[in-house]
Amino acid sequence: MIQAYVPLLILALVAGGFAASNILITFVVGPYRPTREKLSPYESGMTEIVPPRQRFPIKFYVIAMLFLLFDIEAVSFYPWSILLRSLHFAGFIEMLIFVAILLVGFIYVWKKGALDWE
Amino acid sequence: MSVLAAATIHVRVGASDWGAVGPELILGATVLVLLLVDAFVPRRVREVSTWISLIALVAAFLDVYFLWSHGDSNALYGQITSDKFAIFFDGVIIVSAVLAVLLSESYIVSSSFDPGEYYALLLASAVGMMLMAAGNSLMILFLALELLSLSLYILAGFERSSPRSQESGFKYFLLSSFASAFLIYGMALIYGATGSTQLVAIGHCLHGSGCPANVTENPLLLVGIGLMVVGFAFKISAVPFHMWTPDVYEGAPTPITAFMSVTTKAAVFAAFVRVFNFSLNAAHSHWFPLLWGVAVATMIFGNLFALAQSNMKRMLAYSGVAHGGYILVALLANSPAGATAVVFYFLAYAFMNIGAFMLVSILESNGQVGDDISSYRGLWQRNPFLAGCTTVFLFSLAGIPPFAGFFAKYLALAAIVQAGHTELAIIAVLTSLISVYYYLRVVVVMVLQPGEVQAQETRMSGMAEMAVTASVAGTIGLGIIPTGFYNLATQSVDALRTAFGI
Repeated sequence: MIQAYVPLLILALVAGGFAASNILITFVVGPYRPTREKLSPYESGMTEIVPPRQRFPIKFYVIAMLFLLFDIEAVSFYPWSILLRSLHFAGFIEMLIFVAILLVGFIYVWKKGALDWE
Repeated sequence: MSVLAAATIHVRVGASDWGAVGPELILGATVLVLLLVDAFVPRRVREVSTWISLIALVAAFLDVYFLWSHGDSNALYGQITSDKFAIFFDGVIIVSAVLAVLLSESYIVSSSFDPGEYYALLLASAVGMMLMAAGNSLMILFLALELLSLSLYILAGFERSSPRSQESGFKYFLLSSFASAFLIYGMALIYGATGSTQLVAIGHCLHGSGCPANVTENPLLLVGIGLMVVGFAFKISAVPFHMWTPDVYEGAPTPITAFMSVTTKAAVFAAFVRVFNFSLNAAHSHWFPLLWGVAVATMIFGNLFALAQSNMKRMLAYSGVAHGGYILVALLANSPAGATAVVFYFLAYAFMNIGAFMLVSILESNGQVGDDISSYRGLWQRNPFLAGCTTVFLFSLAGIPPFAGFFAKYLALAAIVQAGHTELAIIAVLTSLISVYYYLRVVVVMVLQPGEVQAQETRMSGMAEMAVTASVAGTIGLGIIPTGFYNLATQSVDALRTAFGI
């Protein structure tokens, strides 16, 4: 059974060896003439006017996280809506409970002010 | 009782008996209520959330009591089972949560952090722990572990103004989620080898029904077992996966440290027993050497590191590592007696270990330094009740009769000797002799060394006093009349034996 994987192993070795030898060859053969422009982070880019590391509101993180939560929750509606007929009334009730739990989370987030921008 | 029966209606929705997870549902619903309370109730009447948590925990405990007499039942197509084994652990976890809530009240007031989601997260982690004890499938075990861990990561870093608490939460999060990855990889491989995530089905498969004949020799299964050992050993902070324990315990709010030091271990050990002693019982010869090494290293290094600590929380963290080793010894017996010892150990451990943390928490609630052992000088003069109770807890942790810890250790050692591994019993006895030194050193500082003349008074709130009294009663009661609780533990293991047919 192990023999079946030998071609795969050879492929992995060839791929890794190709990458490694390329890096090695350019390192050995290539010329190295550092100048101030060449060492700057973006050689052909524009010189920065303001420092790029600026403060920005952390609200983005909160909004992004909340978006993710409620977005993923929407995904679970799709299989449910397809199966609803075979799930009968019980399936409907279960989804109501699920939505109620999410609603509590939503009210909590709202009341805590996570959705206020200012 | 009839009110209670009405409260646990057996609603059958989609072939699931939701009554089986009654206690979890009660606490889960309370989490939602607590979040709404946090959002709507003005800050000055926040104590209401303490009371809501306590009432919910008492209701959940009554439901546990009802389920015990009601017999085994399943939910979610047998993925979650409420056999007596799970119910027993539910009881231990709820009692620990009650003690933690009682302790938290004055701690929150004094350390002036916003309680907000505190109780909601505490109860959410308790739900995760209870589900972990009741999980009858690898998937449920993992989900429950994540639920309890995610809540505890936040709780460990709850004191946002304290860098040590932040460090604690962050360290716990990074390392523990890494360990979770090991665990779920192991679960995936075991599923690959046996074709099922149901623990009972895996057990039947390994015993040779519906699986290839030499499945216990399958490398997939063996690697899976190895990875699961890593994941579980991390969560019970066994050596060499214990590095996070002292830092996390030291930085977390003390009531949380007390709570998680007992209940996380209880939940993970419940899963440990269910998976290794029962489901993977046929592969015993493969996991035994692994866990043997882990147990021996845990007992030796846990106790040796504890010797060098001058901080009470770090000392108790290493003592917790060492106790994990003794419990592993009981697990290694791989017999009903061993499983019973594990179950009984946690009942004793809940009272004595949370009790030992109470001193730190109460001192901190008074605005004093709580975790430096040398600051306990003269505590006997300042508050003889607290000093006396702490002495009881430390004696019990050291395994000195007539306290609960002695009987718990005795059961573990008896089980391993019965199973024919006397060397483990000898190591356990020798290392717990070392432990006597560091426990008694605290007692000596508290009782014999005089304190400063103008030392501050140490006051206790009513709730804290109740918590200390209950823990002392538990520690002494379990030591003097262990028979009743021992019988309960035996019954809970019998339920597992019937379920797995072993």
